[in-house]
Amino acid sequence: MALKIVKGSIDRMFDKNLQDLVRGIRNHKEDEAKYISTCIDEIKQELKQDNIAVKANAVCKLTYLQMLGYDVSWAAFNIVEVMSSSKFTYKRIGYLAASQCFHEGTDVIMLTTNQIRKDLSSPNQYDTGVALTGLSCFVTPDLARDLANDIMTLMSHTKPYIRKKAVLIMYKVFLKYPESLRPAFPRLKEKLEDPDPVKYLGLLAMSKILKTHPKSHKCNIAKVSKQRDYASMQESLRRCDFFAVKYLGLLAMSKILKTHPKSVQSHKDLILQCLDDKDESIRLRALDLLYGMVSKKNLMEIVKKLMLHVDKAEGTTYRDELLTKIIDICSQSNFQYITNFEWYISILVELTRLEGTRHGHLIASQMLDVAIRVKAIRGFAVAQMATLLDNAHLLTGNTQRNGICEVLYAAAWICGEFSEHLEDPMQTLEAMLRPKVATLPGHIQAVYVQNAAKLFATVLQKHEGETESQAAQETSQLLIDRLPLFVQSANLEVQERASCILQLVKYIQKLQQKNVEVAEEVTALFAGELNPVAPKAQKKVPIPEGLDLDAWINEPPSESESEDEKPKAVFAKEEPKHSRSRHTEVDEKELARRREVRKQEQANNPFYIKASPSSQKVYDAPGVEHIPVVQIDLSVPLKVPGMPMSDQYLKLEEERRQKEKAERKKEKKKKREKRGKERKADSGPESEEDIAPAHQVDIVTEEMPENALPSDDDDKDPNDPHKALDIDLDNLLSGFSSRPLADSEKLPVRTHRPELLKSPAEDRDSESVPQETKKKSGKEKKEKKKDKEKDRKRSKEEKKKKKKHKVEEELLESQPEEAVQSEETKEAAAPPTSTSAEASDLDFWLSSAPVPPAAQEVTAPSSAAAAVDTSSATAPESEPDEPKDTEPEDTKSSKHKKKKQKKEKEEKEKKKKKRHHHHHQHHGDAGGEDSVQNGTVEEEEPLPPMSNYSLLAENSYIKMMKEDADQVYDIQGNHQDESKVVVSVIFENKSDSFLKSMEFNVLDSLNSKLQRPEGAGAHDSLTVPFQLPPGVSNEARFVFSVQSIVMPQKLKGTLTFIVKSDESSTHEKLDFKLHFTCTSYLITTPCYSDAYAKLLESGDLKGSSLRLEGINMPFHHLLARICFHHHFSVVERIDSCASMYSRSIQGHHVCLLVKTSDQTVSIDAKCDEPSLLGNVLDEIKQTFSKC
Amino acid sequence: MIKAILIFNNHGKPRLIRFYQYFAEDMQQQIIRETFHLVSKRDDNVCNFLEGGSLIGGSDYKLIYRHYATLYFVFCVDSSESELGILDLIQVFVETLDKCFENVCELDLIFHMDKVHYILQEVVMGGMVLETNMNEIVAQVELQNRMEKSEVSDQ
Repeated sequence: MALKIVKGSIDRMFDKNLQDLVRGIRNHKEDEAKYISTCIDEIKQELKQDNIAVKANAVCKLTYLQMLGYDVSWAAFNIVEVMSSSKFTYKRIGYLAASQCFHEGTDVIMLTTNQIRKDLSSPNQYDTGVALTGLSCFVTPDLARDLANDIMTLMSHTKPYIRKKAVLIMYKVFLKYPESLRPAFPRLKEKLEDPDPVKYLGLLAMSKILKTHPKSHKCNIAKVSKQRDYASMQESLRRCDFFAVKYLGLLAMSKILKTHPKSVQSHKDLILQCLDDKDESIRLRALDLLYGMVSKKNLMEIVKKLMLHVDKAEGTTYRDELLTKIIDICSQSNFQYITNFEWYISILVELTRLEGTRHGHLIASQMLDVAIRVKAIRGFAVAQMATLLDNAHLLTGNTQRNGICEVLYAAAWICGEFSEHLEDPMQTLEAMLRPKVATLPGHIQAVYVQNAAKLFATVLQKHEGETESQAAQETSQLLIDRLPLFVQSANLEVQERASCILQLVKYIQKLQQKNVEVAEEVTALFAGELNPVAPKAQKKVPIPEGLDLDAWINEPPSESESEDEKPKAVFAKEEPKHSRSRHTEVDEKELARRREVRKQEQANNPFYIKASPSSQKVYDAPGVEHIPVVQIDLSVPLKVPGMPMSDQYLKLEEERRQKEKAERKKEKKKKREKRGKERKADSGPESEEDIAPAHQVDIVTEEMPENALPSDDDDKDPNDPHKALDIDLDNLLSGFSSRPLADSEKLPVRTHRPELLKSPAEDRDSESVPQETKKKSGKEKKEKKKDKEKDRKRSKEEKKKKKKHKVEEELLESQPEEAVQSEETKEAAAPPTSTSAEASDLDFWLSSAPVPPAAQEVTAPSSAAAAVDTSSATAPESEPDEPKDTEPEDTKSSKHKKKKQKKEKEEKEKKKKKRHHHHHQHHGDAGGEDSVQNGTVEEEEPLPPMSNYSLLAENSYIKMMKEDADQVYDIQGNHQDESKVVVSVIFENKSDSFLKSMEFNVLDSLNSKLQRPEGAGAHDSLTVPFQLPPGVSNEARFVFSVQSIVMPQKLKGTLTFIVKSDESSTHEKLDFKLHFTCTSYLITTPCYSDAYAKLLESGDLKGSSLRLEGINMPFHHLLARICFHHHFSVVERIDSCASMYSRSIQGHHVCLLVKTSDQTVSIDAKCDEPSLLGNVLDEIKQTFSKC
Repeated sequence: MIKAILIFNNHGKPRLIRFYQYFAEDMQQQIIRETFHLVSKRDDNVCNFLEGGSLIGGSDYKLIYRHYATLYFVFCVDSSESELGILDLIQVFVETLDKCFENVCELDLIFHMDKVHYILQEVVMGGMVLETNMNEIVAQVELQNRMEKSEVSDQ
């Protein structure tokens, strides 16, 4: 004990622990950065030491520094080391650090897979817990794929502590690896039956998933979630803050609003009051709510209140928020609620008076939007904009008002584009060419210059034909005088436009002096109407045939392009909000006619109460009489003394509504016919639709490209992380009409477990649940086996007896036989036969852990397929010395083979077809297993176990086994003609010494390169991330990038390592050759027969063929071998003929037609890459020549 | 989902940060600064919910926080989390800290950031609420501490 204390204090003398670090940082407040950098140097030293305790301490300190903002990713590898410590204390530190700083871009994550798997299956629940917690933070798609099955196993762990975490992490796994959702879903659903805590979490995960699946399992979820909500609400309310209530009330209202808008609208005043709350959160919530509750009736009132708040608001953030909300409220649903666009324009103009807002461009885009789309308002808008331009100094005077000058962009454009509405274009032109304009931002100046030219054209046209073209001459002179200012502009856009226009005007002036009429030509420069384009219109333009949008037109330019010089696309982003206008289009004539009719009516009607003269007194202010109510082409002064403009419109509008109401009442009295399309719903006197817009506005509809199709998937957000989870789950659970789990959907199961040194006791402990089920199924198997054998005997006898009445009897016979088959396959391996088998299916996948040898022996003869399946898991350790090609025939099964061979092949066609049908649906990606199952389904023929590990190299110290590259995959988004291949290598220590510092290196070829971490040289070796105690094996993965896959490759490599025994340590070396076969670039891909037929018909594929003589094996063995070793899947099989398919990682299709007769197998093959095909066929030939 | 959990003091010094979505270190610091800026200017007698952190999440996210003496506990969550639920969770977390550290104060968090993380790991996992029962949390934390101790004495 004393020694330990001494030791501890010595440790402390040398190393700072976390507390010391924190204390040190606090004591060095002045030179914190310097102090920390010395600490980091110390940490680097500590990380170099071998002592794991020192390393863990260093990593712990790094975690703290990470919080302070220091990048610690350089220590990622050390973190992995600490994670793999056998001590919980250090492991926990490692996982914590990893969860803080690992992310998808961290390259060492790839190295953690085995460690995490080991921890997940640790007998210590806290090791498992820590691994789950860590994994939940840094799970990547690769990790998710590799570990999904292990995690699913944990969902039935004995400890609720682990179950809880496993259930929760499944959600993350689904997000990263959506393919796992379907196979895992039933299991997740089971968890809803789990006792309390786990159930809730299962629910949680489920409800998150079901966000995308609103249909399925509603009732189940609803029931439980109600319980949960209620419980948590009660709990929460007890502690709830008083201040929260108001906020939550508003929040609740916004939810109610969606379903019961009326009931919320009655609280309008209350909500408006909340705008005065001192709490910004509450104010913003209230604003949000107002957005949802405006109607035609109350829009003006609400906006008026908001405008008051804008004036009062302190702090630009909140004021800007108000501004955007006002604009949002008004413009929502394509200006649905605006009945008076003059009012809206005035509101926009008033908003320009806001100081220092950031949202000038928002106002500007609204102005543009309204002016372009509401034709009837253009005259008014132009007048307003002209005034705005005239008073531009008010907006630009203060440099702080910068944001708002964007409005001038809109103003200048509107005045220019619709200059025919201008009363005095000359004056506006003058305003636009003032020297002060040169202080505006470049993109605005550019618009000014361009639109000055438009105005110039208008002025010319106006004065054309006048005998004295004095005015026109003056205008030209004005431009010639003023434009040089812009020609000198530093902004390219401005300069270019100005000099163009200047020369044009000079030329025109010359013509004018010769009295040539030029107006028409000049106007023609700007002729034509601009129409708004519907949002998404661009997307819907069909791509012409033969156009590849992804291809480079020119080589990509260098990154260093100067950003300053690019003209800003200021309004490019702004698009009209909705594609369809609610307003019916009525042309101007029709409008005028209706107005006329109405006036007539009013004039002739003695009961009609005209606008009371008394109320008009209110508007006695000068100029007010001219404010248009019905007609809109009269000009209106921008500001009326004493009253903000918009208020006037508000009053006028109210009056107008009164009038209309009265009118309508009168109409009703007379029982006249309803008129006008726009009065469709005349239900109640106060109903929304009753309020007709002041003038029928002709909202220009947006243009769409021809032959554009309306598509509803536009609304889906491509960035939604849940999008990937939009997987059909309903079918999984409801009966026969459904789409059952296909083999390809099963979770990938590791076919090899390097950490097999665990004692069986440990095994049982950590995986007792699946084990239990397995034992049970083992018993069942025994019984079934007996039954089956009886069956078989019986059938044999029957056959002998009744050879003559074969047809009749076979019908009877085939039924029990079939039943046996299905049961057998069920126990053997996930059978693709029916949905009912799914439960056992899952069990199988879950229990892929090594099967106790006893159970295996019992089942081996009857269902060798099981042995095969598990053999991929057990083979390497049970028969590690045998390379894949020397698999022994299962002797036990040979008896059965004979029996089965006797079985008549010409069994009912119908039956076979049925089987084939199953067959098509289920070719899987798990190559070998799949085909093996196919075999058993067909003919109950046991297959010899196959291993896909082959010996790579071996010496007296170490043995390297290479997995037969079934881990090949193509990383998406990778460079087009480069693929990545992952090679798993198992290292087994055969000596009695400790092997360490293993370094793996490969001599790169032009075509294939070992992926090394960034910064490493092209010839550097990779450190194998583990050490090997005597007798231990472990697996490491190496990534290679491969460019061309049409040729097989051989790479020379070396493994160096240190052999450390008690006395000595020596440096050793082992050379090996990595063989990349073409087969290893093929991915088992299921293919439906119709697609297959199409592929063959397409004629793009080139053929080749192969003949194998002396093949003495059943046809289904042959197929299974091709499937397993060469990654093919069976598309269709009829008797002794089968079509097979596979795809390369670079997308080449490989199709095989395999026929057999009398020990001769002919393979006709087609592929779009002849050399790839040739090599694959050679490899197939080799496979069979070895048998 | 919980997107981030931040604990900082009245001066904005981080005491614990836990992001459930990847941000680079400098971005993390910016988020802390912004969050501190948003939260610290609010009175203690206004509500505990806040929208509009521009760096993290955007409109779908809100900050739910509690202010205890010198520390702010801020949870950044998306719309799928219940506001009250999270508010309650913060309380549970703080009470757990109080139990584990015995009258927890800022100094405990300063010097034992790792332990605070371990406690938090029992409450929230990968951005999802794992456990809200304080006794259960405390029990699991203590069991793990005991394991750690036994490993130390093994040495």
